[in-house]
Amino acid sequence: MEDVQITKNIRKSILDMMYTSRSSHIGSCFSIVEILYTLYFRILKIRGTQFDLVVDDKFILSKAHGSVALYATLGERGFFDKKKLEEYYVDGGSLPGHLDMKSASGIECSGGSLGHGLSIGIGMAIANQKSNVYVLLGDGECNEGSVWEAVMLASHLQLANLTAIIDYNKLQGFGETNEVINQKNLHERWSAFGWNAIEVNGHNVDELEKELKRPSDKPKAIIAHTIKGKGVSFMENKLEWHYKSPNKDEYLLARSELEGAL
Amino acid sequence: MRKTFIESLIKEARQNPNIFLITPDLGFSVLEPFAEEFPDRFLNVGIAEQNAVGVATGLALSGKIVYVYSIIPFVTMRCFEQVRIDVAYMNTKVRLVGVGAGFSYGSAGATHHAIEDIAVMRALPNMTVCCPGDPLEVKGIVQESVTYQGPMYIRLAKSGEPQIHPDDTEIQIGKSVVVHEGDQFAILTTSNMLDVGYKVAQVFRRQGVKCSLISFHTLKPFDHLKVAELIDSELPIITLEEHNIIGGLGSIVAEQIAESGRGVKFKRIAIPDQYSHFVGSQAYIREKFGLSESQIVETIQSFIGF
Ligand SMILES: Cc1ncc(C[n+]2csc(CCOP(=O)(O)OP(=O)(O)O)c2C)c(N)n1
Repeated sequence: MEDVQITKNIRKSILDMMYTSRSSHIGSCFSIVEILYTLYFRILKIRGTQFDLVVDDKFILSKAHGSVALYATLGERGFFDKKKLEEYYVDGGSLPGHLDMKSASGIECSGGSLGHGLSIGIGMAIANQKSNVYVLLGDGECNEGSVWEAVMLASHLQLANLTAIIDYNKLQGFGETNEVINQKNLHERWSAFGWNAIEVNGHNVDELEKELKRPSDKPKAIIAHTIKGKGVSFMENKLEWHYKSPNKDEYLLARSELEGAL
Repeated sequence: MRKTFIESLIKEARQNPNIFLITPDLGFSVLEPFAEEFPDRFLNVGIAEQNAVGVATGLALSGKIVYVYSIIPFVTMRCFEQVRIDVAYMNTKVRLVGVGAGFSYGSAGATHHAIEDIAVMRALPNMTVCCPGDPLEVKGIVQESVTYQGPMYIRLAKSGEPQIHPDDTEIQIGKSVVVHEGDQFAILTTSNMLDVGYKVAQVFRRQGVKCSLISFHTLKPFDHLKVAELIDSELPIITLEEHNIIGGLGSIVAEQIAESGRGVKFKRIAIPDQYSHFVGSQAYIREKFGLSESQIVETIQSFIGF
């Protein structure tokens, strides 16, 4: 049950950071907790000792507005002291709302403008043939044309060491993903472009691990079905939690839900 | 400013059926009233800024007046070639409306800061560049934008900016607005620095130092006549903007002073040519770059030599 405890800790850190900073994107963070857990605790090759860790593989959080989930995961994994999480978003802090690769150990790439990560991942995959490169994208982010430029090139280059994970939570910035632009056939799209596309439950860490480890001779797309706001019932599947931060009552309620979760 | 923008646009859209609004998936809790009142003239094209500007151009080439709304870096730079060719070169009636001037999105980080937008937009032939500094300027610019020819970029701050000008102030694209007349030096502001400039001027005026304060809500076409007057009066000139020191208001004024051949005392106050890796609110980051009210007062004091 280690995974349940750790993912719970990550969610609690996210909640605390969002509550104290009054910043946005809590829903976007909750939807990727299991994906980040699986990557950082089961998939990525990480060496070194606590607070001095080096990742031999590469990970890019292309939906960089989910930064807080990454900070919480890196803290949990021992990249830095979890006290650093208090430096999120505050005056004189060190962790900004969107990713700055200079801000903390373990962050490979800056970001915050959507549609950049997969291209950068291709460059890394070419330069680091012995490593695996993982890029986590939002489903709304897949509206960006640049994503599809990268999708085409990666399969053309047969980059078997590149994996895209799509956080398919069916919500984006100003509506439901499939109502803004219908992409219900996400799986067919990525396969048609020459990727090995696989659909998984993005909150099931064993399933995620199994599919992330599955050998592939071409780039792999893990379409992870997720719930935006996962873990706090009143935040789940609600667009407003892309923007809102919890008030005190909401915070306490969310906290007790997370505590209770097992 | 966001609310003023959308309220003004709705008013205009009731009069003019050609007004169209496009968003690349932004504007939650801002754009809904427009979308509800004019569902056929509103389109969320998804998170795809290049496509947004292209689609806007197609509509504009078919007689529409199209507003594209997003956060500044995304609506100007994420789609820059579409802006250059489709909007500027083809001289279409597209209005790029960006929110988040300067460090408005302070803690969000550098990807969301808007520090180069004025420079790149100014460099485009045909492009009109408007940087309103208070809600009244926003209202006036939106009103005039409906009939104004050619493409426009409108740089908005975020929300909660105070009104500086009296209600009956006339706002006209291309014409600066004098807030205070003075005979000791002149502070020229643009965009969200109007508010800061106003407070700075108050500090001096309380001390009996008569400085003038002028708001340049349009940087292109620029009110060169006003600056020429200042040069003629030989007043020291200080420019104030929340933008890279390269390419904004300070650059425009510097060019004019240089070409005038008159050695007017001149100082640019702006963001030094670097990205912010600071974490903190707009006020915090401003302070890191010497742009807080008290720092600006000090800078001016030592520049003028009080
Ligand atoms: C290029 C660009 N355009 C717009 C935005 C503003 N924005 C931030 S998050 C977001 C929605 C993202 O939706 P999705 O990719 O589905 O991620 P989710 O938050 O749903 O997990 C938008 C439009 C941005 N950051 N970058």
